[in-house]
Amino acid sequence: MALKAKAKVDHIDINTSWCKGCGICIGMCPTQVLEFDERFKARVAHLEKCINCKLCELLCPELAVSVEEAENE
Amino acid sequence: MSLQNIKKYLRKDMFPHIWCPGCGNGIIMASLLRAIDALALDPDKVVVVSGIGCSGRISGYLDFNTVHTTHGRALAYATGIKLANPELTVIVAMGDGDGSAIGGNHLIHAARRNIDLTAILFNNSIYGMTGGQFSPLTPFEKRASTAPYGNVDHPFDLAPLVKSAGASFVARTTTFHVFNLQKYLERGIKKKGFSFIEVITGCPTFYGRYNKIGEGLDMIKYQKEHSITYDRAKNLSEEELADKIVVGVFQDIEKPEYISEYEKIIEREHHE
Ligand SMILES: Cc1ncc(C[n+]2csc(CCOP(=O)(O)OP(=O)(O)O)c2C)c(N)n1
Ligand code: SF4
Ligand code: SF4
Ligand code: SF4
Repeated sequence: MALKAKAKVDHIDINTSWCKGCGICIGMCPTQVLEFDERFKARVAHLEKCINCKLCELLCPELAVSVEEAENE
Repeated sequence: MSLQNIKKYLRKDMFPHIWCPGCGNGIIMASLLRAIDALALDPDKVVVVSGIGCSGRISGYLDFNTVHTTHGRALAYATGIKLANPELTVIVAMGDGDGSAIGGNHLIHAARRNIDLTAILFNNSIYGMTGGQFSPLTPFEKRASTAPYGNVDHPFDLAPLVKSAGASFVARTTTFHVFNLQKYLERGIKKKGFSFIEVITGCPTFYGRYNKIGEGLDMIKYQKEHSITYDRAKNLSEEELADKIVVGVFQDIEKPEYISEYEKIIEREHHE
């Protein structure tokens, strides 16, 4: 299968009113992009390290994470 | 594929949902929505039927035709819905207690008839909603509120059981394997016949806590570490497989489907 070059991530949206602070996105991110904020909600700490694997979005049980790609690459 | 593509299927005023932090049910729900979106199904022709349990709450969150039925009977309702209107895509959500204890007979007979339904069994190895009692899928020696010293029952190996009962499509995966989860759901929905997808999912509140596995994140890592593919498992002994989760496609065949056969009889008798 030909691997498609992944689009660059523009930002990661975290819906803090749905996030329950389970830490799954933080713990499963392969490159430690995410962390807890003061209220134990997920937040983006190192966007530059993001490899756009989308695991955080796919594994969030609250449908609270959205990895948004830059539009025209 | 973005989150917006699946959020359109939610009853957003019901969110955040009721499931505990780290519960795997939301991961399965999101994967199901991605599968439905990838198949470009008409939402007005999709029916989600659920039983009673934490997993059963899924029907309340989805903006399709939904029916929240009774404990163990989701497949019976779904059978009626599909027979009344065969053009609908009927998806059934059940817990492990729901689908393998009180609803166990409905499950094997739906598989035996090979009726065109897609059944998703949320296997968290425990009765979540009622306080963590053991179910027929709680592994041997694992703990539950009703097995504080370890379970002396042996669990059903449900995917092979449903396969031998006659289902066209049978797969097992976990919430860790989200890509396969979506793929199997798509294949199950597309398959004409009874499709059964068993998903190992974390209940951190009861199963994770009683068995000292930990929180939702730890349960996902546990699934990753303990999974073994169907093909690799074939050459291993029962002992070697003791604490393993066998994942993969157990069955994928073409065979006569219940409603099509039923319709053939109507057609034939009508013309005689
Ligand atoms: C006929 C009937 N018997 C028993 C119950 C009580 N009850 C509600 S949910 C449930 C079991 C829940 O466990 P499971 O089916 O594994 O689903 P989960 O909550 O883990 O998703 C039981 C026994 C009921 N609601 N109806
Ligand atoms: S897309 Fe992948 S790398 Fe980027 S934040 Fe999410 S999990 Fe981490
Ligand atoms: S996985 Fe979802 S609910 Fe859990 S911490 Fe991350 S954003 Fe919050
Ligand atoms: S009790 Fe268990 S199955 Fe039920 S919502 Fe909580 S974590 Fe999920």
